[in-house]
Amino acid sequence: MKQVASAFKSLFLLELLKGLSLTGRYLFDRKITVQYPEEKTPLSNRFRGLHALRRYANGEERCIACKLCEAVCPALAITIEAAPRDDGTRRTTRYDIDLSKCIFCGFCEESCPVDSIVETRLFEYHGDKRGDLLMSKEKLLAVGDKFESQLAADRAQDACYR
Amino acid sequence: MATIEIDGKSYEAQPGQMLIEIADANGIDIPRFCYHKKLSVAANCRMCLVEVERAPKPLPACATPIMDGMKVYTKSSKALAAQNAVMEFLLINHPLDCPICDQGGECELQDIAMGYGQDVSRYQDGKRVVTDKNLGPLIATEMTRCIHCTRCVRFGEEIAGIKELGATGRGEHTRIGTYVEKTVNSELSGNVVDLCPVGALTNKPFRFSARAWEMQQRVGVSVHDGVGASVYYHTRRNEVMRVIPRENETVNETWLADRDRYSFSALKAEDRLTQPMIKRDGQWQAVDWETALTFAADGLKQAVQKHGAKQVGSLVSPTSTLEELFLLQKLMRGMGSSNIDHRLQQLDFSDQAQAPVFPSLGQSLTDFEHSDAVLVIGSHLRKEQPLLNLRLRKAAMRGAKCAFVNPVAYEFNLPVAQQLVVTPNDWVSQLAGIAKALQTSSSNSVNGLDSLLQNVSVSAEQQAVADALLSGERKTVLVGQLAQSHPQFASLRALAGAIAQLSGACLSYTNAAGNTSGAWLTGCVPHRAVGGQAESAAGKNALEMLSEGLKAYILMGVEPELESCVPAQAERALKQAEFVVNLTAFRSAAMDAYADVLLPIALSAETSGTYVNMAGTWQSVAAAVKAPADVRPAWKVLRVFGNLFDLAGFEYEDSTQIQAELQPQLMSLVADNAGSWKLPSSLDTAASQGLQAITELPIYAVDMVVRRTAALQDTQDALSAKGVHLSAATAASLKITDGQAVQVQQGANTVASTAVFDERVPAACVLLYAAQADSTALDSWFGDVSVKPVD
Repeated sequence: MKQVASAFKSLFLLELLKGLSLTGRYLFDRKITVQYPEEKTPLSNRFRGLHALRRYANGEERCIACKLCEAVCPALAITIEAAPRDDGTRRTTRYDIDLSKCIFCGFCEESCPVDSIVETRLFEYHGDKRGDLLMSKEKLLAVGDKFESQLAADRAQDACYR
Repeated sequence: MATIEIDGKSYEAQPGQMLIEIADANGIDIPRFCYHKKLSVAANCRMCLVEVERAPKPLPACATPIMDGMKVYTKSSKALAAQNAVMEFLLINHPLDCPICDQGGECELQDIAMGYGQDVSRYQDGKRVVTDKNLGPLIATEMTRCIHCTRCVRFGEEIAGIKELGATGRGEHTRIGTYVEKTVNSELSGNVVDLCPVGALTNKPFRFSARAWEMQQRVGVSVHDGVGASVYYHTRRNEVMRVIPRENETVNETWLADRDRYSFSALKAEDRLTQPMIKRDGQWQAVDWETALTFAADGLKQAVQKHGAKQVGSLVSPTSTLEELFLLQKLMRGMGSSNIDHRLQQLDFSDQAQAPVFPSLGQSLTDFEHSDAVLVIGSHLRKEQPLLNLRLRKAAMRGAKCAFVNPVAYEFNLPVAQQLVVTPNDWVSQLAGIAKALQTSSSNSVNGLDSLLQNVSVSAEQQAVADALLSGERKTVLVGQLAQSHPQFASLRALAGAIAQLSGACLSYTNAAGNTSGAWLTGCVPHRAVGGQAESAAGKNALEMLSEGLKAYILMGVEPELESCVPAQAERALKQAEFVVNLTAFRSAAMDAYADVLLPIALSAETSGTYVNMAGTWQSVAAAVKAPADVRPAWKVLRVFGNLFDLAGFEYEDSTQIQAELQPQLMSLVADNAGSWKLPSSLDTAASQGLQAITELPIYAVDMVVRRTAALQDTQDALSAKGVHLSAATAASLKITDGQAVQVQQGANTVASTAVFDERVPAACVLLYAAQADSTALDSWFGDVSVKPVD
């Protein structure tokens, strides 16, 4: 009996039709392929991409050199040096993130008491040379300036969960 | 013995002890802010409240003496409720911005708030704001953070002995400050930074530069005074970020002088020498080590060939390690010259053969603290040896009688029984008077003293000093740096020895630097080899080397033109020399002028080595950080020199090998201060025309490192150590007004300076400060000078 059933299946190519029916279903289904880079997937407001240092609305840098991000960083990617600025406030003189070490865990952002170090939605960046992935304070502030409106909106959206 | 029970366990205790002491000794954690084991009990923070059985309310553990059978609960709900409540009250006014506070991460309030505080503050009203005070270049303030524990106030009153900080106002209006606007000038002021449990008082040069968690702690020894304080270097990425005291009851207890704490910044001084330099045809050029060492060795060999080894001399700083000192003298003696000395500040070497194996305190610092009577001869002890002075203060506060024989009426922070202010010329007769007074009333005797003191009369003051020395059990006669650089040091030493013998006191010396004892032990003196073995033919001492002028010099860690007590001669001698090899950590214009080779050597934080302090305590440490760039530890440099000269016994691969070789033969040597002096044949009295010069090496100019510490140079102590100090009466006779430009003349040398009225200086004397621009061109620290106004 078993042999008869097997012969029947092989004769009428049932297995093949089964497979083709799945292919056919996807052929007429709604397409999920994204035509990157022309098209992009939606990103969460909590997306952890390239880092940025933010400023207050009056242009003052937020970072107060508390060094919590440096301490919490599991990849030891952050290096900070601090000194009193001319007005006596505590400021960084150096704020480096080595993106080739960074694992994008977001702990720096979590630990920051003043929402200074944040991660933007930008994930498509590259470096041509070795040093390009070493982010300095100036570079990070420039990223922050560029994306400030998006960053502020993202953090406002998340504020009610904190 | 009493037995008390804490949290259900029994502990032995001495009657009179406080609860918190028993808890601390047994590792039971009780939170506290105002309690500190070295300070009196204030019991004003109330954080250490614990429950005691049968007591109606929780009691402060720091102020509750134990009673036999007492039952204490530190973790009961009543105790915790009290502690939580105190914490909440403290946090009402304390800012909650730990991230910008320099104390964050090492803050007692932050730590204890983690255990006893609430997560959210219930307090809604405005917080107290206090304006910051300017306490000078060493201490930064953020007075809003102050929780009124008063540790800093009690430190000033009880330990440092000057009430510089105090609390004004009551309750919420309490303010810690200096009463009137002024800086904190104590030589121990940095300790309030350690004491402050919060971020109200912090280290100014260190401010905001690093966090406690990112630094590593390395053991070190401070070398700026004879105490050789134990320190921790806090390092980050191979850089010393700050220095804190390492608790060591036998040396520095828990304290540190400002000199020890702040001088680390000189490691990064701008004039730090980082590459070997040689002078070819009058031009300086940076070269590699091999070239520099060959150049130096060739130059020295040539000098030896041309003029003989006796024309080579070496001056060395007693801040160097034992290993470096040993290798340098080995090199010198291997070359055939015994011209090596560390005593740059000594003028009289006539009795050096009698000197002890290593002139030192001759007792432990703890024993010194228990003296009943102390006679200090020639020392501005507070500024010369801040931590020794702290011990003396403790003795004085217990009732010890402290007498001083000084050239200047120095201010002290302890009860002074007598201070005899004598002009340099009268020191000998003054001490002779004290000896004479002792001779008549003492049961001890000194051979040959009778004839020597025949014509000496005793004044009432001298009698009082003598009487004080005869009372009490433990007594000390301490010979300070001003006496050791006095032109009649041999007579002073003999009379001090006689006074000590007559009164049964311990004869003690202060040491100029952290390893002066080590310099004596390793034979960095011209008349003795390692271990105090007398040399058959003594070499030239520092004074002879500089006044006679040799053909070649090896300098290690010294700037003779500043540190020597014959500064002008020193500079002249070095300039006329054919070849000068300078092992130095810094570069200066003066060095450029006289040296031919500059070899960059590591400073004390950067090199492993051993230091022997003035109590004979040995401290061996490893390097805290690696020396920068091309800088090498001096012992390695000297080892290569030994090889270049084909000398045997320079095959060391590690500084610990040298230490292992020295320790067995040197550690057993004890300071034999007591018999190490010889009475002079007569009491020579110096006479002088005109003014007598008194030169003090000021607290923040004692060595190369301290001189390059910017923060210390901004202190009041450093700023006031300038100019020609003289009393108003002396000035009036010379027609000089305060602040007037004057010309100081000594022999053929003249310097331009400024007159400063200073009533501490006796008549017919002027007080000058060594290692300052307006004194280094003079011939000698002592002797006659004339001062005249410049129109």
